[in-house]
Amino acid sequence: MAHDILENSGFAADRKLNIVGTSPIKHDGWDKVTGAAKFSSDIIQPGMLVGKLLRSPHPHAVIKSIDTSEAEKLPGVKAVVTGADFPRIKEGTPYGDMTRMVMAQEKVYHEGHPVAAVAATSESIAKRALKLIKVEYEALPHVIDPVAAMQPDAPILHSYMRTKGVKPGDPKVSADRPSNVVERYELGVGDVDAGFREADVIIERSFDTKPMHQGYIEPQSCVASCSEEGEIELWCCTQAPFVYRDRLSEILKVDGSKIKVQQSELGGGFGGKTAFYAEPVAIQLARKARRPVKITFTRSEVFRGTGPVSGTHSRIKIGCRKDGVITAAEAELVFQTGPYSGSAFTNAPQAMFTRYDLKNVRTVSYEVVSNRPKVASFRAPCVPQVVFGVEGIISELADRIGMDQIDFRRKNAMADGARTIYAETFGKIGFIETLEAAKACDHYRSPVPKGQGRGISTGFWFNRGGETSSTLNVAPDGSVTITIGTADVAGSRISISMMVAEELGIPVDKVRAVLADTHQLGFNRVTAGSRTTFSQGVVLVDCARKVIKEMAGRAARIWNVPEEGVEFSNGSFRPAGANVGEFQPLTIADIAKKTTSTEGAIAARSDMNVTGAGPGFGCHIVDVAVDEETGAVEIKRYTVVEDAGKAIHPLQVEGQFQGGAVQGIGWALNEEYIFGEDGKMQNPGFLDYRMPVASDVPNIDTVIVEVPNPKHPFGLRGVGEVPVVPTMAAIANAIGDCIGVRPQSLPMSPPRLLQLIKERGAAK
Amino acid sequence: MTDLRYEAPGSLSAAVALLSDAKGLARVMAGGTDVIVQMEMDLIEPELIVDIKKIPELRGVSPEDGGFRVGAATTGMQLCDHAAFAAAWPGVIDGVKLIGSIQVKGRASMGGNLCNASPGADSVPPMIAAGAVARVVGPDGVRDVPVEQIPTGPGKTSLARGEIISSFFFPPRAKGSGDAYMRFTPRTEMDIAVTGVAINLTLDASGLCTAARVAIGAVAPTALLVREAGEALVGTKVDDAAIEKLVAAVRAACRPIDDKRGTKAFRIEVTGVLARRVALAALERARATP
Repeated sequence: MAHDILENSGFAADRKLNIVGTSPIKHDGWDKVTGAAKFSSDIIQPGMLVGKLLRSPHPHAVIKSIDTSEAEKLPGVKAVVTGADFPRIKEGTPYGDMTRMVMAQEKVYHEGHPVAAVAATSESIAKRALKLIKVEYEALPHVIDPVAAMQPDAPILHSYMRTKGVKPGDPKVSADRPSNVVERYELGVGDVDAGFREADVIIERSFDTKPMHQGYIEPQSCVASCSEEGEIELWCCTQAPFVYRDRLSEILKVDGSKIKVQQSELGGGFGGKTAFYAEPVAIQLARKARRPVKITFTRSEVFRGTGPVSGTHSRIKIGCRKDGVITAAEAELVFQTGPYSGSAFTNAPQAMFTRYDLKNVRTVSYEVVSNRPKVASFRAPCVPQVVFGVEGIISELADRIGMDQIDFRRKNAMADGARTIYAETFGKIGFIETLEAAKACDHYRSPVPKGQGRGISTGFWFNRGGETSSTLNVAPDGSVTITIGTADVAGSRISISMMVAEELGIPVDKVRAVLADTHQLGFNRVTAGSRTTFSQGVVLVDCARKVIKEMAGRAARIWNVPEEGVEFSNGSFRPAGANVGEFQPLTIADIAKKTTSTEGAIAARSDMNVTGAGPGFGCHIVDVAVDEETGAVEIKRYTVVEDAGKAIHPLQVEGQFQGGAVQGIGWALNEEYIFGEDGKMQNPGFLDYRMPVASDVPNIDTVIVEVPNPKHPFGLRGVGEVPVVPTMAAIANAIGDCIGVRPQSLPMSPPRLLQLIKERGAAK
Repeated sequence: MTDLRYEAPGSLSAAVALLSDAKGLARVMAGGTDVIVQMEMDLIEPELIVDIKKIPELRGVSPEDGGFRVGAATTGMQLCDHAAFAAAWPGVIDGVKLIGSIQVKGRASMGGNLCNASPGADSVPPMIAAGAVARVVGPDGVRDVPVEQIPTGPGKTSLARGEIISSFFFPPRAKGSGDAYMRFTPRTEMDIAVTGVAINLTLDASGLCTAARVAIGAVAPTALLVREAGEALVGTKVDDAAIEKLVAAVRAACRPIDDKRGTKAFRIEVTGVLARRVALAALERARATP
């Protein structure tokens, strides 16, 4: 559908704003602080059963047989399902893999892979029933490390899999035999060999990063029920209610119109709640038991049964001239994806160098299956891992040619109109302004304290738009309800309400955003990629403009004047000039209460495939101290500088900046899935999967840069992804500055750093 | 399914009788910060839980023979808030303060931290260094056992069936004494020790060390009393040479494993680093006492 707003967002740099740019209390604030907020595990339905999953003890095995008869006989057990209770869709297809991911059919591919599930009247009965299910496995050799999985003698996960995108001459992959490499992806521009010949300094390094858990505190939980008519209702914590509906429709062979997905409050997602795990199982149990079924994962199940973001191995080479111009860059990247494709790895080569205006780039990327849970999305999926390497080399190059860290980056920075290696031409971008703000900030201007090291890094994320469908209803008292189908992962309800209130000229507390179920709106794309506040702003400002136009028409008819005789400002309709006549201004509430005497309800909807998301850029500065006797790192000072376009709710923007940096600190220093030789995860809990605690991080200082995005009514750019992109590189650079040797593997945990410090000593 | 029985007796003798008569697995529970977590994780499936929180003599701190008697169900926070105890045994408080969060310490008990028999329990090395003695009550009567003899391996203790620790005795403090405990964890808090060292020492008027006890945690199947490490300090002014001997002695005593919390080599190395730091902290406290 064509809309004026796509052509003309109405952005005006000099617009006077009353609400946008302030930081009111968010909708869910009180309820979350007092514990009253309803998360999916708070949902209770009459007659509800407890569902529990039986999970594979093997990382890789053929399922020879499953005998559920004893479990079915146990009093209190109302349904048992296995892979046989799911439609059999061809392996190696997206929906075939999706089905097998939630419930194994022929084989299990990781420890914790679900093989059966029961619904019972209590948790203890359900647990006892699981012990009565007999599964006969034929154990197979397994492989977890992606580089090992690429070797010719590695255990093969899928005998049917052939590598996509193979080019002759690449010794690493071949298309004529089964392989664990899903795809080879090449992306580049220019003449890299010529570029390197032009370079005065060339640095090449290898890097490793570990899979990263998104760290949401709320485990996956859902309640499913099925009516006698076969209509399915699902309550769950999700970032993607519409996507869940559509995928459920495909894998369960049920019409989408018969599936209602209702999202709850979300206790953290960060990309981890864009894919379902328990939901299809709960539905199949509910259909079989003819009673509602709730499944809530334990923390151990979250770690063993859901996806982190990919671990990577990369080799990166960058060359520059003495004058600071980068002449060429090359990368070979390997991404670990679990048993099935879906790592979004192509983001990495597209984004890794984007912010530097490079003429010669060559990248080859491989996505590799392995015997661990399928990876999932996480803030800027796959990009921070490779930026860890890129920004390390960039820092080293700057030191080698004796240039200031920010000046070197500024010298190569993309400006307005720059063209990326994935053939997008940028409009107005704010990378240079971000670097200038970083250079001017107090942290960068302050000397590095004695005994500490400082690191700098930058990052980029595309930012997204996409399908967004929302409605706006004006109540007879003039208050406004907006119904949104995106999830509120970070307080977007208040930011969206603020934009609507600003446009309508009414107080923000007169606007209330509610989270819709999938029956109420058209399709909404997943809440991810820093798309939500941007897209909802476009769509709901469009709705607001439609209702203003509608109400102006009604005012005209009430006054009996032509429509063009009515003008709207500050929440009121007025005669456009003295020649129109003398009328008391009508407020939105004045018109809203006349629905009976006018044309009925005042409402608008807008359905768009939103474009025009402005790219985001950030620069991080961090100071660290390293205990050289133990390898422990202390983050002493941290500053995030990032372009938000326009900060609708500055406190929330700051929260995004800080949250991204804190997640990156965990990724950098301690977070790691530890697998034993037996392929089992050894640390499936927050005690030993070491996310940072509050005392591990300093206050993260923030500098909000505002280079407006002219494609948005208020100029905003998404801010959710960029804040994690530079973090690990910045910390590694700071550690390198402190101890004299830059780590090239994550996590930079005390044992690893102590080892590095000892090796440094030996090399001296 | 096992039916779980929960009992909260009001007397020690009733608790001992319940435990002695239990048919299946019985667990003593005070704060529940380990027992309930282990049940939630399906690690244990007890038939009987005996909650000892309601037994009055098991809670609280009282003076005894110039020292202190601490009830086994006394919580970490109760101990931290006891000014006289905290002044006498700051090293024990160092350890207790590192257990979980304030909320966890509000429930977790001294006896529980010991009897859970985790090699990494933070209150145990400083209790060993302090020379604390556990009073064990069972069907056959009462016995006093040095704290270091209670744990026998991860999750295992020397307590016989039906036996409960009722209290701990901390001996009178000699003049010029100081103790300290430090641990290494990758995180600043809410973590489990990768290694821990406690030192309790006494100086005479001339600054000469007359007594020293050194205990290490998380580097062997149980927390260990390292006599050679204490002997390295006795008769010295706890100078660099003595501390070097101490460091060598604790490293020699380490028998760690490679696991998710740290490698053998890292643990041995850092235990020595901590020993030096703890010795200096204990020394400073000893010098500061009258």
